[in-house]
Amino acid sequence: MVFPPNQQLPVAGLPRRHFLSHLAGMAALAGPASCFTRSLLANAADLKKRHKSAILLWMGGGPSTMDIWDLKPGQATGGPFKQISTSADGIAISEHMPLTAQQMHHLAIVRSMSTREADHQRGRYYMHTGFVPNPNVEHPSYGSVIAHELADAIEALEIPPFVSVGGGSVGSGFLGTAWDPFVVNADGRVRNLDMGIEPQRLAERLRMLAAVEDRFMGENRGALPGDHRKVVEKTVRLMTSSQLDAFKVAEEPAEVRERFGENNFGRGCLMARRLVEVGVPFVEVNLGGWDNHSDIFTTLADRKLPELDQAMSALVADLADRGLLDDTAIIWMGEFSRTPTINGNGGRDHWARSWSVVVGGAGFRRGVVVGETSTDGREVVSEPYSSQDLMASVLRALGIPLETSYRAKNGRPMKIANGGRVISELVA
Amino acid sequence: METEFGDRCLRVIGSSLPGVIFCMVACGFGGTLATSRAAPPVADSIVPQIAFINEQIEAVWDDSGLKPAAAASDGEWCRRVYLDLIGRIPTLAELEDYLKTRERNRATRLVDRLLGDDYATEYARHWANVWTTILIGRDTNNRMVDRDGMRLYLSESFKANVPYDRFVEELLTATGDNADREGAEQFNGATNFLSGKLADGGIQATAKTAQIFLGLQVQCTQCHNHPFNSGVKQNQFWELNAFFRQARGLRRFDGGRRVAWVELVDEDFAGQGGNPSEAEIYYELRNGLVKVAYPVFIDGTEIPRSGLLPGQLPDGEPYGINRRKELARLVVSSPLLPKAIVNRLWAHFLGYGFTKPIDDFGDHNRPTHPVLLDGLAERLQQYSYDLKSLMRWIVLSKPYSLSSRIEAGNKPDAPQLGEPPRFARFYPRQMQAEQLYESLLTATQADQGDAAEAARQRDRWLSQFVIAFGTDEGDDSTTFNGSIPQVLMLFNGELIKTATKLDRGGFLSDVASGPLRNRDKINVLYLAALARRPSAVELQEANRLLLARKGEAAEALQDVWWALLNSNEFILNH
Repeated sequence: MVFPPNQQLPVAGLPRRHFLSHLAGMAALAGPASCFTRSLLANAADLKKRHKSAILLWMGGGPSTMDIWDLKPGQATGGPFKQISTSADGIAISEHMPLTAQQMHHLAIVRSMSTREADHQRGRYYMHTGFVPNPNVEHPSYGSVIAHELADAIEALEIPPFVSVGGGSVGSGFLGTAWDPFVVNADGRVRNLDMGIEPQRLAERLRMLAAVEDRFMGENRGALPGDHRKVVEKTVRLMTSSQLDAFKVAEEPAEVRERFGENNFGRGCLMARRLVEVGVPFVEVNLGGWDNHSDIFTTLADRKLPELDQAMSALVADLADRGLLDDTAIIWMGEFSRTPTINGNGGRDHWARSWSVVVGGAGFRRGVVVGETSTDGREVVSEPYSSQDLMASVLRALGIPLETSYRAKNGRPMKIANGGRVISELVA
Repeated sequence: METEFGDRCLRVIGSSLPGVIFCMVACGFGGTLATSRAAPPVADSIVPQIAFINEQIEAVWDDSGLKPAAAASDGEWCRRVYLDLIGRIPTLAELEDYLKTRERNRATRLVDRLLGDDYATEYARHWANVWTTILIGRDTNNRMVDRDGMRLYLSESFKANVPYDRFVEELLTATGDNADREGAEQFNGATNFLSGKLADGGIQATAKTAQIFLGLQVQCTQCHNHPFNSGVKQNQFWELNAFFRQARGLRRFDGGRRVAWVELVDEDFAGQGGNPSEAEIYYELRNGLVKVAYPVFIDGTEIPRSGLLPGQLPDGEPYGINRRKELARLVVSSPLLPKAIVNRLWAHFLGYGFTKPIDDFGDHNRPTHPVLLDGLAERLQQYSYDLKSLMRWIVLSKPYSLSSRIEAGNKPDAPQLGEPPRFARFYPRQMQAEQLYESLLTATQADQGDAAEAARQRDRWLSQFVIAFGTDEGDDSTTFNGSIPQVLMLFNGELIKTATKLDRGGFLSDVASGPLRNRDKINVLYLAALARRPSAVELQEANRLLLARKGEAAEALQDVWWALLNSNEFILNH
């Protein structure tokens, strides 16, 4: 794609944007990169107002959902927590989640998750992809799939379509490095952004780089170099984007920052809201520390649940207030949950057979509970749901067709969400 | 001033700059590089172990109708062997040294030099880095671990080329202080392998010992039998765990609340039943049933149950046992030990192991080349666990010498597509963050100064890529995986800014202000970064830069240098 010289850019007033004119004037990344130049020139104002997004609140380590969303008071397995009523009729959750309780009319609890992967690594992989780990193929995670499906609809997006705040995400698998998560810290500081040279000169350097890359890639060394080249294009787009401001949580008013919580998870949730506002289709915010093999109840009551409660409730309320919730799916989950039996160290161990996740927003039915576990919490007594069922439900809530299928690198067709069934009770 | 990087006849110019060999870019030398697709380096000296590797690998090629890729060019092979053995690319001088040598056994000579005294320090530094990540991960936040101490131990150990079985024994039985600090009089860096893994009765110590040294993934059997590997049962996890129950990490404070160091000791263990002569531990089955475990190795070997450390009764009667010493004895005599290290090193050099993942043996995960794996394991044992011998066999083998190009005959060999690797070409891969860091320093001839301080600087640089997963198992990962943060770092990071500075005394300024013609200066940059000379098209682009910089050759060189360091060809081991 060639631009006439001296073409005026549609966006004015941002000094950084000057860079675009330099790039546009050259064919540095011509050929495979033409879409890159095109989107550089797209006007941010053209951003589709009603883009869909999803925010995954990832609870690394496996949170005890019996102590949060599906309490069993009075049972030997129940632990000491009481339940409280919520803004959703007939739904009660842990007493240590009072703020989120006020937002439950926006959310839905699935109490009938039943999975088989109770090892951290395997569980993290399975819950992120809908597939059990397989040495022969790497599957794309939620973020990569959703970014891949939705990014095209958001032409003017200049920052990566899959942002992971605090890491812990699973990558892009066979979709390729270009769909890997962009990992940032919760402080929102993206390292090494400053070019330190004139835009014109960077453009010239990129052209030199293109010559070196062309030669190497012409020698047929497999997919790796091509993936890297795509990432380089994305990086240039990111470096020069005014959308980078979305990462700057510190620019939010103090009152808002306090509402989300002045900690990494609070800042991460706030950043997620800001990123969704500029059109990022998938944001994952990581909160670790749920692997409570010992002393679980003090840890939950004093540290983990207050931190979760504050940020999660603020996020849901904020999205609702800004009219973003109807287009933004929220998913809360960990890799598994924890044993109903309380062990000798006052902790709970890994457990995948009967547990809960929470969803909300977008096309989800809200203010409901789906499924049920036995009185002691050891069994799902309604229809059990799997990771792929949950993933199918999330994709449906975002309007992504479930007939979509990919071809893995080995040529095998792969159904999106591993062919999971939509959880019908979650359909609004 | 010349106005272009023209293709003129070159003069031989003496090496007027420290460390930069300028005569190498003269006509004769450049010519060999461009056309060097000489006989594969493996041809020069075949010992029986190398012949064995070649036979086994070739047999699989024949069975699957594969034609191996052509040999890598000399420059490529030289770069590869430096990266894999000592963790950095060759300097200009080293590259020239290899390429100009006409001896028939030059490949062997180079490998022997890299494994010999000349490079003992760099070899040790590289393998200390590799093993630091294997043994204690990338996370720098565990207060029970001292990275410097771990690295110090590892570099001494690799420098002395300690046999692998003794190395494992030292790690499993280590006692003493984990940091080399004032007041820590019994410093033993080997303690760091276990010092951070003893929480909750040593669950991590158990899982990592099995995984790293025996290639067994047992972490999930803590709570139940292994779901796929019928060979690993829950009782075996706890029986293995029982070996660690005498070990304790005692925190030593620096006057305040900060842990100054950790002292790893063995203490009498009374057992959870309170009877030290039985010293049993309890674990819980899924159904709530509680079972008892005593120290039993994974192959079923039992040791005496006493939890007391060895001692003598007044009548001279000995009692007690050191459980970790017993464990080390059993681990180093396990047939899994040599297999696990062979698989690990093979994957280090060839990009894929014989199993995927490399540390998960069992009936559920059959090796791709079982005879080769067992054969190399046996030969390593015969060579008294001398890792350098094993490395030498691998890097001088045929599969290691192949080009990374995909050609018609080797196209079906596609492990990246989930096929079993058959090693019919060299699989290109990202440099590890540590390799890239060291290679950037090498390419820019940066002064590294004090070794300990250099290591800490590297740690700080590396820490920007670390992601912790928030589990008790201390899992972590790195964003140094070809993604945007890595590209940003290579675009704009401090390291690159320094490397592309024209400050006096730096590599780039030496080249720029040196007596060479412009064309030769470009050659120097290409050789330093990519171990080859530029193509005609690349030269044309460089000239365009010279024009854009209005004839300021130094600035144009700066641009070329930036582009080279950001290229796939630089960041991949190919």
